[in-house]
Amino acid sequence: MEAKDEAGFPQDSVGLVVPQRAGWDATFALKSGAQLPGYELVYETYGELNHAKSNAVLVCHALSGNHHAAGYHAGDSRPGWWETAIGPGKTIDTNRFFVVSPNNIGGCHGSTGPNSINPQTGKAWGTEFPQVTVEDWVASQAALADRLGIERFAAVIGGSLGGMQALYWAIEYPDRIAHAVAIASAPWLSAQNIAFNEIARHAIQTDPDFAGGSFLEAGKTPERGLMLARMLGHVTYLSGFGLGQRFGREVRRGDLSGRGPLEFEVESYLHYQGRNFAGKFDANSYVNITRVLDLFDLGAKHGGDLVRAFKDATCHFLVLAFSSDWRFSPERSKEIVDALVAARKGVVSAVIETEHGHDAFLLREPEAYHRLFRTYMDRVALDFA
Amino acid sequence: MRPDLEIISDLIAPESRVLDLGCGSGALLFHLQAHKSVNGYGLEIDREQILECVAKGVNVIEQDLDEGLSHFSDDSFDFVVMTETLQAVKRPDQVIAEMLRIGREAIVTFPNFGHLACRLQIALKGRMPVTGHLPNQWYDTPNIHMCTFRDFEQFCREKGIPIRERFVVNNVYNNNWLINRLPNLFGITAYYRIGRA
Repeated sequence: MEAKDEAGFPQDSVGLVVPQRAGWDATFALKSGAQLPGYELVYETYGELNHAKSNAVLVCHALSGNHHAAGYHAGDSRPGWWETAIGPGKTIDTNRFFVVSPNNIGGCHGSTGPNSINPQTGKAWGTEFPQVTVEDWVASQAALADRLGIERFAAVIGGSLGGMQALYWAIEYPDRIAHAVAIASAPWLSAQNIAFNEIARHAIQTDPDFAGGSFLEAGKTPERGLMLARMLGHVTYLSGFGLGQRFGREVRRGDLSGRGPLEFEVESYLHYQGRNFAGKFDANSYVNITRVLDLFDLGAKHGGDLVRAFKDATCHFLVLAFSSDWRFSPERSKEIVDALVAARKGVVSAVIETEHGHDAFLLREPEAYHRLFRTYMDRVALDFA
Repeated sequence: MRPDLEIISDLIAPESRVLDLGCGSGALLFHLQAHKSVNGYGLEIDREQILECVAKGVNVIEQDLDEGLSHFSDDSFDFVVMTETLQAVKRPDQVIAEMLRIGREAIVTFPNFGHLACRLQIALKGRMPVTGHLPNQWYDTPNIHMCTFRDFEQFCREKGIPIRERFVVNNVYNNNWLINRLPNLFGITAYYRIGRA
């Protein structure tokens, strides 16, 4: 049994958290050229901002994540998505760090996105919501930092798409970030990555209940499309070996005779993941954010030259990859590391042995992952201690 | 300061770019960062050693040296250092060539198989030498390409690799008139700074 505090939360949890909001009335010029007439960010914070405001850490979420990274919302039995890493005494130790975790614009969990109301029409944005990018996200995160009085983050941290935001922070705001931590990330998406994203989008967009993106007005949810998108995504986040270890060929119900319904354990798992996701995620957000991934290219401003892209970065980097990750394989992290070395930037990098694939960054194991990550965070803390 | 690191440090110009192949706990790079303002990176495969590097604030990249160095472009570094490892790699000649491709100069150190103790064990006992500086048996030694200082210098001559500096020491990292006079007989370890042909 885990040790619980008096409120019933595990002792190494930040416990009960209440999301906060910040709003901007001014027009936000997006990278696409579109204008967002003001926006809101919903975010959570954990730990205490120190007097010098030097212990702040920004946690950036990935495709399906949100601001609820750690702790528990009132009445919830499940904690935030990175409870394994964030909390008192944990890798991102809230006894030392003040953690800021926003939901990005374009998302569907409270920040301005396709399911919020367009003030110009009085209706939900739907497909009219402009395409956002990592650049836009980072700019909005910097505005949030301004609002919180944080001039410089001790670290900007993220896994997968979150890591891409951390890397972009490093080159866009070199004076505002001391360390960038990019886990299971990539400098840009491969054709194969984009292909998977397009299959997911296609599944959503061809679901009749998607209604051309106007499903909210139509009072529908494209559950089949979302479910298919998530099932596909989930398979790519795990390794073949890992799936085999966990489910093998176990049959949940029915048998191999062909009489009656047959369901393998792995099918049941995917159905559960898909259904669960379909009930919680806005289809237009999913389409928009998978495009954020497709559009990300760290070297774009420099003709694809990553070395030049990193030229002005001043922060130190931690780049971690997982051996069985085939969505953003260790080779993709190596591209980042080689460019950092060529650009003469400080970097620590390792490939963690694990069978858990891309999603390993969310897990408590393997121990080697958190030991290295934590040792690095100890260094981060030394900078302001 | 460890005397062996002091010797290498003396061979490295301030503010240079250094790659340490098999950097261990990062002691050399830590010293070079603090005292010579180098831009240093270490390659290491041992997980515990990597953690020690991170704790020291040394740049460390997890990599197996047998994977090669092809991902580093030409002239990436001023110095590429490899201490006490040349004799353990599969192809020392290729490793040296790669070190001198990605670095302007290379610093290598290795144990001397021509030391008197080794010679006596082969000559008198007819056995593979097991000494203080070469403690392993023939069947479990990582040192698969032992050579003498003379062998190495012959190799450099054949490849047209200039030896810019050589420093030979005994087992307590000192040198004396005897070592200087007969290095291949009395030297335990040599530090070579070599350049491009």
